[in-house]
Amino acid sequence: MASRPRTLYEKIWDAHVVETRDDGTALIYIDRHLVHEVTSPQAFEALKVAGRPVRRPELTLAVPDHNLPTTARVDAGGTPVTIADPESAAQLAALEANAPAYGIRYIPATAKEQGIVHVVGPEQGFSLPGTTIVCGDSHTACHGGLGALAFGIGTSEVEHVLATQTLLLQQSRPMEVRVDGDLGPGVSAKDLILHIIGEIGAAGGSGYVIEYRGAVFAAMSVEERLTVCNMSIEAGARAGIIAPDDTTFAYLKGRPMAPSGADWDAAVAYWRTLHTDDGAAFAKSVVIDAANIEPSVTWGTSPEDVVPIGGRVPSPQDFADESKQVAAQKSLDYMGLIPGTPMTAIAIENVFIGSCTNSRIEDLRAAAAVLKGRRKADTVRWAIVVPGSGLVKAQAEEEGLDKVFTAAGFEWREPGCSACLGMNPDKVPPGERCASTSNRNFVGRQGPGARTHLVSPAMAAAAAVTGRLADVRELV
Amino acid sequence: MQPLTRVEGRAIPLGLKNVDTDIIIPAKWLKTISREGLGRGAFETIRSEPGNIFDDPAYTGANILIAGDNFGCGSSREHAAWALGDLGLRVVIAPSFSDIFSGNAVKNGILPVVLPQEAVDRLLEVARAGEPITVDLEDQTVTTTYQDRFTFDLDPFRRHCLLNGLDEVGLTMARGEAIGGFEADRTAAQPWLMRGTAA
Ligand code: SF4
Repeated sequence: MASRPRTLYEKIWDAHVVETRDDGTALIYIDRHLVHEVTSPQAFEALKVAGRPVRRPELTLAVPDHNLPTTARVDAGGTPVTIADPESAAQLAALEANAPAYGIRYIPATAKEQGIVHVVGPEQGFSLPGTTIVCGDSHTACHGGLGALAFGIGTSEVEHVLATQTLLLQQSRPMEVRVDGDLGPGVSAKDLILHIIGEIGAAGGSGYVIEYRGAVFAAMSVEERLTVCNMSIEAGARAGIIAPDDTTFAYLKGRPMAPSGADWDAAVAYWRTLHTDDGAAFAKSVVIDAANIEPSVTWGTSPEDVVPIGGRVPSPQDFADESKQVAAQKSLDYMGLIPGTPMTAIAIENVFIGSCTNSRIEDLRAAAAVLKGRRKADTVRWAIVVPGSGLVKAQAEEEGLDKVFTAAGFEWREPGCSACLGMNPDKVPPGERCASTSNRNFVGRQGPGARTHLVSPAMAAAAAVTGRLADVRELV
Repeated sequence: MQPLTRVEGRAIPLGLKNVDTDIIIPAKWLKTISREGLGRGAFETIRSEPGNIFDDPAYTGANILIAGDNFGCGSSREHAAWALGDLGLRVVIAPSFSDIFSGNAVKNGILPVVLPQEAVDRLLEVARAGEPITVDLEDQTVTTTYQDRFTFDLDPFRRHCLLNGLDEVGLTMARGEAIGGFEADRTAAQPWLMRGTAA
């Protein structure tokens, strides 16, 4: 085995094979499991009914995020506020009861460590390079930014992991997305990943695990890498991964659940072996030149519907494939857009800065840098910032970013998924447009009839200031 | 889980590409702690349009759905599979599926059938004509009353589980010793990996 050059994905896979069945399905060990309130109740219920224990409770971390309101969690007297919506309250209560019943560490809604699972895992040092990480949420791919093999699973698989600490999987094929050169000023990790999805398509990574390689990713911070890997699923890939390096190690050192002392040295020595060998083969390879990338925005209802901010709304006839023409027409109808309209002429009424894609401290800094000394346009009805975790929120407040946002007319909220999926009260009204830093522009994603344009944090800030989709490079 | 060997019946010719799981079941329906009753929210946006395909009496009682590329993309919500099951669907035929969705489907006794676009187009015509379609998992074929015959692949383990209605969790728990051996080796070689939240 040692003689054959392997990709990073293959190395991590090989290190987790418990056994391989005759039919090629492998039993893969899962190192880290994140659990939230929406996709876990039925899994715990099934365990209870079958009388099955949780095999390794210390390898699972539970935190509520998806449907928590982002308004104050404790009242003036310090008492926790109950959730008004009875169904959301029941889901939260189920997680609050299930986690301790099975000996699983639980971060309560009122703790400062609470946040979106994909922000909390890296932040706590629970997510580590070379580990297999799963969660009942498709954006688990996010943790690939630390060099982990991380992917979303369904509720039956949540149950499978709780009971056995493994999953039965077929190996995906390794795919390479290489980006060399430098990103231009005002072009962020979000613009890059949107551009990549636009190039390869929403199913372009289907059946693959993508490794992002090249100078652009090597130069990125961990936060930026998390943003890139997060959206791998929007290209259809099972996971996205970036080889861990000194930037990764510096990020993890000293985090509460990261190894320490002699364990740290052993861990780093192991992590340094986690890279694709020279001569290893990828099943598919895509090469993109960073210099060609502009700030990106979406016009339609699939994350592949990407154009540069200087571009125009396409016409269905622009697409060669007939089913894409039909889809484009449907998207245009839903989005209420006319082909040929410059993207910068599209007025927006809502701005959402948040989600596991873009709610870390660097994202908030980037948005605040644009907003400093400015105010949202009067036509922007609703603008909110939802930090990814309580720790991000505290850090931002220490830097005074909250003041910048509120002075600009934004609401400063408590952490959670919020308007990324509109399960809690944070929704975009029907027919209105939202410049959103989240990851999905699907029909009805941010609320029934809501029209989403995916953008970077800086571009969301630029949209807030101008009241339309705007090129942030003209504002700085 | 209910075993699935052969499904014969009418098919709903949806045909749409990139049907994401938000379309199959919008987020507001995820606020449940049960697997039951999600059919009420299935395809809610599409079903709010008058004359939509799901309300068309021609397809009442259909147990097969035919869709375009990349079916089930997006959110990992297993509620999508539960909702389809609650609608009475046992088979989805499409040129491609998202990985997560097809796994969820199989675990809930729903068969994802991958066929080339031309075959799917042909089956859409048959379905629109109101003719039944037969999907046979033993033979791995899809046949029609017009003598069409298409063969499909399914990974052998998934096929085995579906044919026999097997519960994967129970199957894997029987491999507890192998898992324990892996954990023991790991604990000896890389103890920090096994500490998790206890670090
Ligand atoms: S922020 Fe959005 S994408 Fe991320 S975990 Fe929450 S719901 Fe999923």
